[in-house]
Amino acid sequence: MARLSIADLQNVRDRNKATFTLRKGEYKAKIVVHMGTCGIAAGARNIMTVLMKEIALSGREDTVVKTTGCGGLCAREPMAMIELVDQTPVIYGNLNEEKITEIFRKHVMHGNPVEKYALALGGETFI
Amino acid sequence: METAVRTHAMLCGGTGCMASGTNKVKAALEEEFRKKGIGEEAKVVLSGCNGFCAKGPVMAVYPDETFYQDIRPEDVPDLVEEHFLKGRPYQKLAYKEHEKRIAIPSIHDIPFFKHQVLVVLKNKGLIDPERIEDYITMDGYKALSRGLTLMKPEDIVKVVSDSGLRGRGGAGFPTGKKWELGLRIKSDEKYVICNGDEGDPGAFMDRSVMESDPHAVIEGMILCGVATESHKGYIYVRAEYPLAVKRLQIAIDQCYEAELLGSNIFGTGFSFDLEIYQGAGAFVCGEATALMRSIEGKRGMPRPKLWRSAVKGLWDRPTILNNVETLANIPQIVLNGAGWYRSLGTDESTGTKVFALTGDIHNVGLVEVPMDTTLRRIIFDIGGGISKKKRKFKAVQLGGPSGGCIPDEFLDIPVTYEAIKQSGAIVGSGGMVVMDDSTCMVNTAKFFLDFTADESCGKCVPCRIGTKVMYDLLGNICEGKGKAGDLAVLEDLSQDIIDASLCGLGQSAPTPVLSTLKYFRREYEMHIHDKWCPAGVCRDLSTFFIDKKLCKGCGACLRACPADAVIGEKKQPHTINQKLCLQCRTCWESCKFDSIKILPATARDAGDAELEYLAGISAGRAGNRGQERVVRR
Repeated sequence: MARLSIADLQNVRDRNKATFTLRKGEYKAKIVVHMGTCGIAAGARNIMTVLMKEIALSGREDTVVKTTGCGGLCAREPMAMIELVDQTPVIYGNLNEEKITEIFRKHVMHGNPVEKYALALGGETFI
Repeated sequence: METAVRTHAMLCGGTGCMASGTNKVKAALEEEFRKKGIGEEAKVVLSGCNGFCAKGPVMAVYPDETFYQDIRPEDVPDLVEEHFLKGRPYQKLAYKEHEKRIAIPSIHDIPFFKHQVLVVLKNKGLIDPERIEDYITMDGYKALSRGLTLMKPEDIVKVVSDSGLRGRGGAGFPTGKKWELGLRIKSDEKYVICNGDEGDPGAFMDRSVMESDPHAVIEGMILCGVATESHKGYIYVRAEYPLAVKRLQIAIDQCYEAELLGSNIFGTGFSFDLEIYQGAGAFVCGEATALMRSIEGKRGMPRPKLWRSAVKGLWDRPTILNNVETLANIPQIVLNGAGWYRSLGTDESTGTKVFALTGDIHNVGLVEVPMDTTLRRIIFDIGGGISKKKRKFKAVQLGGPSGGCIPDEFLDIPVTYEAIKQSGAIVGSGGMVVMDDSTCMVNTAKFFLDFTADESCGKCVPCRIGTKVMYDLLGNICEGKGKAGDLAVLEDLSQDIIDASLCGLGQSAPTPVLSTLKYFRREYEMHIHDKWCPAGVCRDLSTFFIDKKLCKGCGACLRACPADAVIGEKKQPHTINQKLCLQCRTCWESCKFDSIKILPATARDAGDAELEYLAGISAGRAGNRGQERVVRR
């Protein structure tokens, strides 16, 4: 590391923000992907991969992605829940790569839920 | 295409967990992440000491805030499958409260973490101590930039004075006062020393701070340099802390590279140099003046305190010496202000204190609490209480070999300097050894005397010879050769050693004896007059006897006895063959029915009738535990 000025300190903080968003729990958007056996069989693994790539691409540092088990609605897997801070969570079902990309770009990036893919409003309790 | 990281497995990389196999678990985790195809999304990070050392290796997973303990490499595949893939807490490795089966996966619900208030340890388990970027991101070096650009040295001294921070090394001297004197004294050369020579048996606070957050100590030292206008610092660490030395050295190198150390820091013209001095592990070198002699390359011996080190210390130059924990507090105080610090603790003892909680309790580890927290909260809520099922709390030893043992009636006092001192112990550097009722207090006092007698540097005769004589007297008492009047000699000698020793080592060496004499005098008297060690620790002073009325003949003691001294048929009361018995106490520990009684040594040749009689006394008077004692004479 080269010489640090006081302004550089702030730059280091900004650069590492994503890392500590995770550890300190100060996030603005939370995405929970259902990864039960049914979810994985229906392709949740792929949804997760696409999401992680989208996040890297968008450069968003205040988003966390968690996994959870079967939600009880196995027929509609793969499912994911998206919760923006201070907003009602939205659950999406029957996802595929195109749908989750669209949802991420509209809902997470711009705060506009994609109604046509939405299953329900309201959260679930997660770990 | 690049993917983002969605989860961090913060695996504890403190000395304790490392010894329990952190590196193997780390390799297993990384391997399993790769196998499951989440190697890019999930990252394993080695953090500093998490504090929950008893259950190591431990791991906290973020952003789920889930805590796992006792992780073995063979558990890793299931753990990864359950938690990292399917998002369910893996119950098997989650924390479970003592004697309860319910798993508590969330780190914020676990009592050990819930009741702590983190100031010095605020970064523990959250940063990688070997990455300066991590420290900076957690507002590191912000206090330094403020101290160098917006504050004058007087301002820093004032905020430290106003915060009420007192030396965390043991004596509790106000840090602000020390710095004020350091600033006032004019000299072309001044030194800042960080005392990391932690030597108390059972204490590991400073090691943990140096290992888990080395930059906090360094920032505190540079700020001390700014406040006292000194430009050279030494960190004195014992060589037996290799991980602390390594991480401090990495941190210092990073600072030099980033020019946070060296000349012209932040372009302000202020320069500060820092180096590590490794001590050889002599206990007396934790004493400030002996430590300075040691850095000078001389034999570590204290000097008479005719003047303060802030006036004339290392190489006869003004020297400000502070403890590791004290220095780690400084950046927080400068950043958040004196008022914030004062809001924690009491008026006289402000802020928080880190304690190394060890002994006969469930949750051995490192805890940080505000100074108005009671001993009961620390030992029973955070520590989880006494670890053995049948045992009860007997005493807690505070402050290491310089401190004292205090009994249960003091459990509700806060851990302030004043309250602890009044009880006969000292806060000291923060060692807290909890003892259950299977502990012999005479033997405990002997243990600490053995330590101080060994570590006395030999300069002052009362300390050098006095501690040896005291140790021999205690040895005699434990071997059944105690005489009437021994206790008076012990007390007399203690006073002489306290009065006539130069440094803290001698002045406090008799404290363990004095405090146990004060609260457990009856136990000493039983050792001397009745030749009876009621806890059954001193082999020459105990006889083990099975009470036939209580024995169910379960055979537990028979199987446990290493000398085959226990005889008896199944479901019939057993007996102990005194000729074969080694007095090792194994049978007593194995008995579930309290049927084994500890009697005086004289009972070995006694007849059955007399034994029955003594067992009656044992049960009624001293109990199986020898709890009876004269509280205040």
